[in-house]
Amino acid sequence: MNAPVLSVTSLVKRFGHLTAVDDVSFELMPGASLGIVGESGSGKTTTARILAGLEQPTSGTVTLDGEIVGGQSRRARLRQARLLQMIFQDPYGSFDPRRTVAESIAEPLRLHAPGPAAAHRARVGELLDQVGLSARAGESLPRELSGGQRQRAAIARALGIAPRVLVLDEAVAALDVSIQAQILTLLDELRRDTGISYVFVSHDLAVVRYITDTAVVMRHGRIVERGETEQILRSPRHPYTRLLLDSIPSPGWDLDRVARDRRALDAL
Amino acid sequence: MTLTIPALRARSARRRRRRPLAVSLAVAFLILLTVAGLLAPVLAPHSPDATSLLNSLLPPGAGEHWLGTDSTGRDVLSRIMYGARLSLLAPLGVVLLSGVLGIAIGLLAARAGGWADAVISRGMDIVFAFPSLLLAMLVVAVTGPGLTAPICALAVSYTPFVGRVVRSVAIQEGARPYMESYRVMGFGVLWVTLRHLLPNVMPVLIAQSALAFGYALVDLASLSYLGLGVRPPDADWGSMISQARSAILQGEPWSGLLPGLVVLLTVVSVNVLGEHIGGSIAGKREGS
Repeated sequence: MNAPVLSVTSLVKRFGHLTAVDDVSFELMPGASLGIVGESGSGKTTTARILAGLEQPTSGTVTLDGEIVGGQSRRARLRQARLLQMIFQDPYGSFDPRRTVAESIAEPLRLHAPGPAAAHRARVGELLDQVGLSARAGESLPRELSGGQRQRAAIARALGIAPRVLVLDEAVAALDVSIQAQILTLLDELRRDTGISYVFVSHDLAVVRYITDTAVVMRHGRIVERGETEQILRSPRHPYTRLLLDSIPSPGWDLDRVARDRRALDAL
Repeated sequence: MTLTIPALRARSARRRRRRPLAVSLAVAFLILLTVAGLLAPVLAPHSPDATSLLNSLLPPGAGEHWLGTDSTGRDVLSRIMYGARLSLLAPLGVVLLSGVLGIAIGLLAARAGGWADAVISRGMDIVFAFPSLLLAMLVVAVTGPGLTAPICALAVSYTPFVGRVVRSVAIQEGARPYMESYRVMGFGVLWVTLRHLLPNVMPVLIAQSALAFGYALVDLASLSYLGLGVRPPDADWGSMISQARSAILQGEPWSGLLPGLVVLLTVVSVNVLGEHIGGSIAGKREGS
């Protein structure tokens, strides 16, 4: 089990003259949790979208379970989907509004694990149970559920495919703090129980500290700092990481100093 | 499953309470017409083609002819009932054909994007700019009278009417994150388009089709009025108005006015229904 389940090598993505992702490399071991931290525009979401196959990299490779992914062939896309799934920031938008949650969860099961409908129904029940949703919630339309319930449903849908890696793109950013905590606890349990790996994309350092073991800090498309999450957050080496930490409101918070630091950093 | 029933019932009860009187009347009128057309052989008091020169141009309420007779003594009520068949079926054919074409072209444009979208959209603009009645007349001039050719011609000219709406809704719907989530799950573009995009476009499509039905009815009645639609002695409402021209000039307007009134009420009913469907969709969107 010493081979990384996901490794990203020299990933570059350009949109016209803008380089959104610039020479990004990292590895993820089975059962590990990696944070990608940065502000909006840092390239973290583009990186996540490349991992999920929603964008094609300009150069560089993504390797899943020892095999480079890419190509739009049906076989390649199915393999990528089986190994890696993604949770989006907006759980409401990520469901077909006309289908019940149970129907939405069952659909990828039919694609990836063809079998009798009864088996799928049973599996949907297990998945709902696993993420702490009632059978009644399963029969609801997405608009009838709360944000936290929807995000649980989205997690259940992704887990149904039994991926090795789950990419969470600001997955708790749209939720209330108390709901955030519930979802984070759920994710923690799931990782312990199933051995799934996470790539957790977030701007929220407190959330990243809780859910990840290691982290990379991205700025302007480049990784500026990497290491153990605790280590990075306790004693940041790069001025940008320090700036991110200083930007969190706290007792004795000096907004002027944050602004000064940012100007100094941008001048570099 | 039993758990959902109270929720569903509450939802439909809410909808029932909101339905305005005009919509109920429109639905009732359309059902009445459909039944009258379907059961015309049973319900019609007279044969639609039985002429009787002794009883020509009777006013409504005269003896056994409730809505009077036309210039050759045929019973107007019976002809309106038999006429409902062609007058309703033909626009339905137009709507179904243009619906299928519009969905295909609209979805193609929305999903292809780029230059393909531009070409399709400009093509639709050109067809849209061409008067539908003129196109139908040109086709009839080539093929001779009959309903098949004008139905096809009108279907083609209504396709942009449907296709443009399908395209814009599909673009809007296609930009929502769930489209991407299905891609990430490994579903193909065609699957996502047909299984998820199309059903979400459908409500708007139905509303638009109801409007198109009204236009098609008027266009087809106009063609029949011009003598380019159904062949006599078959009845449809447009040809009835046409045949009443001389009677109207003689001061006996009833045999033309009544089918005209039916056309008017049908188009209004269909439009009221279409607007209601469209409006309730908009409401649901805001509610979500």
